[in-house]
Amino acid sequence: MNWAAFLSNYIFAFIVLNVMLGLMAYMTYFERKVLAAMQDRVGPKRTGPFGLLQPIADGIKLLAKEDIVPKNADRLVFLVAPLLSFVLAPLSAAVIPFGGTVTVFGQEVNLYVADINVAVLYVLALGGMGVYGIILGGYASANRYSLLGALRSAAQVISYEIVLGLSLVGVFILSGTLSLVQILEAQQQPLSFGGVQVPNWYILSQPLGFVLFLIAAVAETNRAPFDLPEAESELIGGFHTEYSGFRFSFFFLAEYINMIAVSLLAATLFLGGTDGPIADGVWWLAAKAALFLFFYIWLRTTLPRFRYDQLMGLAWKVLLPLALINIALTGLIRLWGLGLL
Amino acid sequence: MSLEITEPTPVIISEERQVSDTRRELVLNMGPQHPSTHGVLRVRLTLEGETITGCDPVIGYLHRGVEKLGESKRYAQFVPWTDRTDYVAAPSNNLGYVLTVEKLLGIEAPERAQYWRMIMAELARLASHLVWLGTHALDIGALSMSLYCFREREMILDIFEKFCGARLTTNMMEIGGFSRPIPPDLPDMIRDFLAVFPKRQREYEDMLSANPIWLARTRGVGVIEPDVAINYGLTGACLRGSGVNYDVRKAQPYLFYDRVDFEVPLGTHGDVYDRYLVRMEEMRQSLKIIQQCLDQVPTDGPLKLAESNYVIPPHDTVLTTAEDMQRHFIWVIKGFSPPKGEVYLAIEHSKGELGHYIVSDGSPIPYRLRIRTPDFVNLQSLPYMAEGAMLADVVALIGTIDIVLGSVDR
Repeated sequence: MNWAAFLSNYIFAFIVLNVMLGLMAYMTYFERKVLAAMQDRVGPKRTGPFGLLQPIADGIKLLAKEDIVPKNADRLVFLVAPLLSFVLAPLSAAVIPFGGTVTVFGQEVNLYVADINVAVLYVLALGGMGVYGIILGGYASANRYSLLGALRSAAQVISYEIVLGLSLVGVFILSGTLSLVQILEAQQQPLSFGGVQVPNWYILSQPLGFVLFLIAAVAETNRAPFDLPEAESELIGGFHTEYSGFRFSFFFLAEYINMIAVSLLAATLFLGGTDGPIADGVWWLAAKAALFLFFYIWLRTTLPRFRYDQLMGLAWKVLLPLALINIALTGLIRLWGLGLL
Repeated sequence: MSLEITEPTPVIISEERQVSDTRRELVLNMGPQHPSTHGVLRVRLTLEGETITGCDPVIGYLHRGVEKLGESKRYAQFVPWTDRTDYVAAPSNNLGYVLTVEKLLGIEAPERAQYWRMIMAELARLASHLVWLGTHALDIGALSMSLYCFREREMILDIFEKFCGARLTTNMMEIGGFSRPIPPDLPDMIRDFLAVFPKRQREYEDMLSANPIWLARTRGVGVIEPDVAINYGLTGACLRGSGVNYDVRKAQPYLFYDRVDFEVPLGTHGDVYDRYLVRMEEMRQSLKIIQQCLDQVPTDGPLKLAESNYVIPPHDTVLTTAEDMQRHFIWVIKGFSPPKGEVYLAIEHSKGELGHYIVSDGSPIPYRLRIRTPDFVNLQSLPYMAEGAMLADVVALIGTIDIVLGSVDR
């Protein structure tokens, strides 16, 4: 690798990281506006035109707040836990392909930070790591509500991680790879059925896998109706009850970045990522991810919250068997297609 | 002499307890500062994992001694205090107290005033049920319901404001009727509300009644058998949800409830879901009652009992006639003295049977005033329902009892 290639890759990574952080801030604005519209309210409108400066005002407020550490807290763990969550969250954006390769100033630039051959496993692993921040934060707070939130979170993430992983196996069988770049490429060859061209998006060949992925992803990111670790009506704030100021905002940032990352992943895996009917490009990916983010908010305004035992029952008794059936069916069809059956 | 300052011993409100070699219980102190204990209820929970093995409600954080205050005030002066017991249905509290005093005095308000009392009490029931539905759904996690419910409650509060100038603590009713005239456009405001509300209520039911998560969270949770409900002295939707047919409006009709046609909805399973259905149907029946009252109420006539020493005379006659001026003077300076005796009267409040018990020794202030608030009695059933339930159920159970701590603690 020459220096120019290294530098271009570095610059692209820098852009992706900062765009993710900026997007996260405006994700809160988007959520508040959509929630408000669905709840017959106006939402933020005083700070700047259409309230567009609200996320910045929120950020300043959170950073300026006092950093309180409870007296009985495990001090070191309490301080480190939000950092752990926050640092791990944007890393999954590294493997999302934002397009193919373009030439800028005579230099070839890959529109992805890294093309790892186990990209999907890497994303799942990051999700599994991210929960450490929640567990440690909840444990270290020396608060019973936080502890219960952390315990719920541990059980929930483990259960739904399995479903999340298994729901993707169908895609791996069809594409034969775990690299997101190659999965994206595999979806770009249109299928034709008697002259009718259909995009080879995996949502069409893996509808069950897609639904399972969607449900598990919502649970994995601790969002309503699976927001049990922070169920404010029972556990006050759950694992982040005792956090304030910028440490709280780190948990908050991590949650939103995870949402964006999962939306990007879903768009790439099932909806053909940057592929579109006209003018392929990163805007298609953005539009598809925005669709998922809207869906997240829609769920939040509409659905009541699950109970802990119902949540676990759903994962182990319903979603897991369905995921296994999906894998078996996909495998059989694949073998039949290859003429091995 | 040196003053020794010792650190006060900290009060331990939660601790872990070793029950046996293998079992440990966690004591969780829920409230008085907690988002879903509907004010300042404190519940001391004993948990094994997330399962509740013990539940101990602690009340009294909003105790203001309302009953004792009533024993130091003249009869008419106590009406504003009834607003502050159950502040989400203030007109119903006014009504219960005013009717009790009127029974003690042996007087009755004019027909037109009685009808308007009914209309206001039913609107208060609707407002209270809307607050219940919004907060109950919010506790279970349906975020938007609270905003939708408060939108409709706003229309009711606007009606109250139009009628008496206040929205929450209305101080609306007086002994002997109403002092204020009925604003001419008030019936139309109420009719507009009656036209809009059924559609909105269907929207609520679309969101909740068949929602699988709502069903999972409410069905079979907090079951109270009919005999247990009777033994606990439950009233209101908590009793009728278990299928016991007792509604004060039917059992001992007051005002003109015997002149209007309405039904008392009953549940069958006695769980949270049935109580939800009962209250939803009660809202529909309230609309029906208001509609009939609006059709039956005389458009003209006195709103207040005239020429009685127990009732403050209207402002205009005080300034023009000698009798009323003297009556007004005595009423304001000394208050009225009811006959000796004791009286109890119950009305059907939005939360159950609201009873006022007054002992009069013939002086202008009551000798004893006792308020039987429905939610104080209903709250007793919380430990029974919570035993063996999950932690998340506790908020659903507090919501289903429909408590207002101002009314529980008084």
